[in-house]
Amino acid sequence: MIFLWAFLVGGAICVLGQLMFDVMKLTPAHTMATLVVIGAIVDGFDLYEPLVKFAGAGATVPITSFGNALVHGALTELHSQGWIGVISGIFKVTSAGISAAIIFSFLAALVVRPKG
Amino acid sequence: MATKSKGAQRFKKMSMSPKEYQSFAKTKEPPRSIFANCVKAFVVGGAICVLGQAIQELFVHLMGMSNEQASNPTVAVLILLSVILTSLGVYDKLAQWAGAGSAVPVTGFANSMCSAALEHRSEGLVLGVGGNMFKLAGAVIVYGTVAAFFVGIVHLILGTGGQ
Repeated sequence: MIFLWAFLVGGAICVLGQLMFDVMKLTPAHTMATLVVIGAIVDGFDLYEPLVKFAGAGATVPITSFGNALVHGALTELHSQGWIGVISGIFKVTSAGISAAIIFSFLAALVVRPKG
Repeated sequence: MATKSKGAQRFKKMSMSPKEYQSFAKTKEPPRSIFANCVKAFVVGGAICVLGQAIQELFVHLMGMSNEQASNPTVAVLILLSVILTSLGVYDKLAQWAGAGSAVPVTGFANSMCSAALEHRSEGLVLGVGGNMFKLAGAVIVYGTVAAFFVGIVHLILGTGGQ
């Protein structure tokens, strides 16, 4: 069942992005930035976690979950460390995604000749 | 004299004003169906999320992780797959067909970084790869971080105590 909800919710978020491309004529960079900010605001109201529980990877794989993770880190650190957590906690949860993307992309650039 | 003005008139008909040209060009454009694009984005985006869910289930069942613990390695595996497919030139072909369906998942984020790194490889490892990797992904990180900061400040002011 979780697979079905992952498909439907993940697909729906992508359709939202496609509508921003086609209807609002936003560039990909504007669209991604907007989706990340939406994810951050949704987690600010503590509504992203329920979506993750419900849709699994359908909520954690789209880029909106990046905004969610940034806010989540900040709010968790705010809880445990006080006000400085707003700054120090932002990248606590997202480290895996950003680090992996940097490291793998760098290694690819070392090894691969560009195509196309 | 009469023939001269007649010739000038004929030339005038040959050229188009920018407005005429735009409306003419519009009739020659292939029709862009928003609905078809949305269906493609839905199917591909949904499929990438299902793949992510499958990888997550593997981590949960084979390595005994909780769902929350498994989400980080899942994202890392998806990024690795995306970087491999980008290096092979497959991901960009998929992106042309799927639009936002391949751009919105975290694999699209990795694709934008990897393709920037590959594209600027010829300018050197430091200035080319290092300097350009975040050319597109930078917007996501900057706006995400700033938004997270302000959401955190709002929670601080409201005194919710975080999560």
